[in-house]
Amino acid sequence: MKKDNVPQDEGFLGGKTRDVCYALDENGNYVQVLSVGWEPKNAALEQALNLVNEQIEDAREKVLKGQASPIFYFMEKNLMDLKILSQYTGISKWKIKRHFKPAKFIKLKDNVYKKYADTFNISVDELTNFTKHQKL
Amino acid sequence: MILNFQHNQSAHCENGVTSNLLKYYGINLSEPMVFGIGAGIFFSHMPFIKLNGMPVTSFRPLPGMIFKRVTRRLGLTIERVKFSNPEMAMSELDKVLLSGTPVGMLVGVFNLSYFPDAYRFHFNAHNLVAFGKENNQYHISDPVMESIEFLNSEDLKRVRYAKGTYPPKGRMYYIKDVPKNINIEKAIYAGIKNASKDMLTIPLPMFGVKGIDYLANKMQNWENKLGERKASHYLGQVIRMMEEIGTGGAGFRFIYAAFLQESADIINKPELKQLSSEMTQIGDKWREFSVNAARNCKGRGDKVTYTELSQMLKNIAKSERTIFTQLKQIIK
Repeated sequence: MKKDNVPQDEGFLGGKTRDVCYALDENGNYVQVLSVGWEPKNAALEQALNLVNEQIEDAREKVLKGQASPIFYFMEKNLMDLKILSQYTGISKWKIKRHFKPAKFIKLKDNVYKKYADTFNISVDELTNFTKHQKL
Repeated sequence: MILNFQHNQSAHCENGVTSNLLKYYGINLSEPMVFGIGAGIFFSHMPFIKLNGMPVTSFRPLPGMIFKRVTRRLGLTIERVKFSNPEMAMSELDKVLLSGTPVGMLVGVFNLSYFPDAYRFHFNAHNLVAFGKENNQYHISDPVMESIEFLNSEDLKRVRYAKGTYPPKGRMYYIKDVPKNINIEKAIYAGIKNASKDMLTIPLPMFGVKGIDYLANKMQNWENKLGERKASHYLGQVIRMMEEIGTGGAGFRFIYAAFLQESADIINKPELKQLSSEMTQIGDKWREFSVNAARNCKGRGDKVTYTELSQMLKNIAKSERTIFTQLKQIIK
């Protein structure tokens, strides 16, 4: 790849940094060139983000329909799985699975709510009053 | 206390940390040189290991290998430690910093506040250097960032104790001793030998050049086996592994080409210049593959068949087999 051909297709770096690419200058020597993005990789990342957002939206609907507890939604929203959530909260995977059930969830103790809320970086109220904070 | 540490941006975090740490001790090696000596070029496709529910394709060896190999090949003494106790991990960091030593650390990116949002997923093999502390703020040289960043000790502790796959467990590493004489030529030979061996002779189908053929064969059946949607997600993951922050383009192939070019003069082997330009062409082929594969990710018309994509990979595998065989001959 030549220096002038290093793509500059605005992507997902959000102005926070640019990618270092290696390309050839006019004398055929390799140099570093900064790039804001490249269309094919933007497409691949967009596809992955869309997939994640679909999963989050599915989870949200499930919670609003009463099929799952807010813990399930926030797990998806934080891109976690059972294993990661279990490691961060110190609550075992099978217990978390039970906390996914709305009937079980409403009976949890305050300190358990707090553990989840801290892990998700939200207030206990946002966790327990889901419908108040989430629009249909 | 802030050390006189030079932050240079790099494509890949581990190359960058290694190169910046070496420069602090007066060893002037560019990112491509670090990458080549550390034999950072690789390929593996492991359908039985899943990331986000999709098979893992990787263009690099395991995290930590580059720093380990480069420092070993240059004869440096290093220290690598991890801690079960986060408080101890932080106080040890301060102790080493105070002794005038910049410290490399393994961190998770999910809670790394200055990182671009779209890249903050549960990935735990990111590297950065702390080179100072003032008013509870650590001065951070993160090689993929353009400028110096800052983290308070709570935030730094959080990323050092990220959870998930391969948790960093407070891992930190630093250079303890540098020998008077450093033999770069020898290190280059060792690096090239290591890379061509890994690319050509691992007796399993998933690794090295064989791995590219292996992926090509699997890819041919993706659409029939998984359906159009899932197959395109699999493709997307391959592109991201190849192009995302850190590879310098084309799954490190351009960085390796830069290494061959720089080494040609140092070890006085002009043939390496020729191989560098062939490696550049291989990089261009990988990029062409990405352009075509991305068409399927966008879910619009003008799609490429999986047979065509598979054929492109087979061509790449053939070229890489030739180039690494030649490299092996040259450094014999």
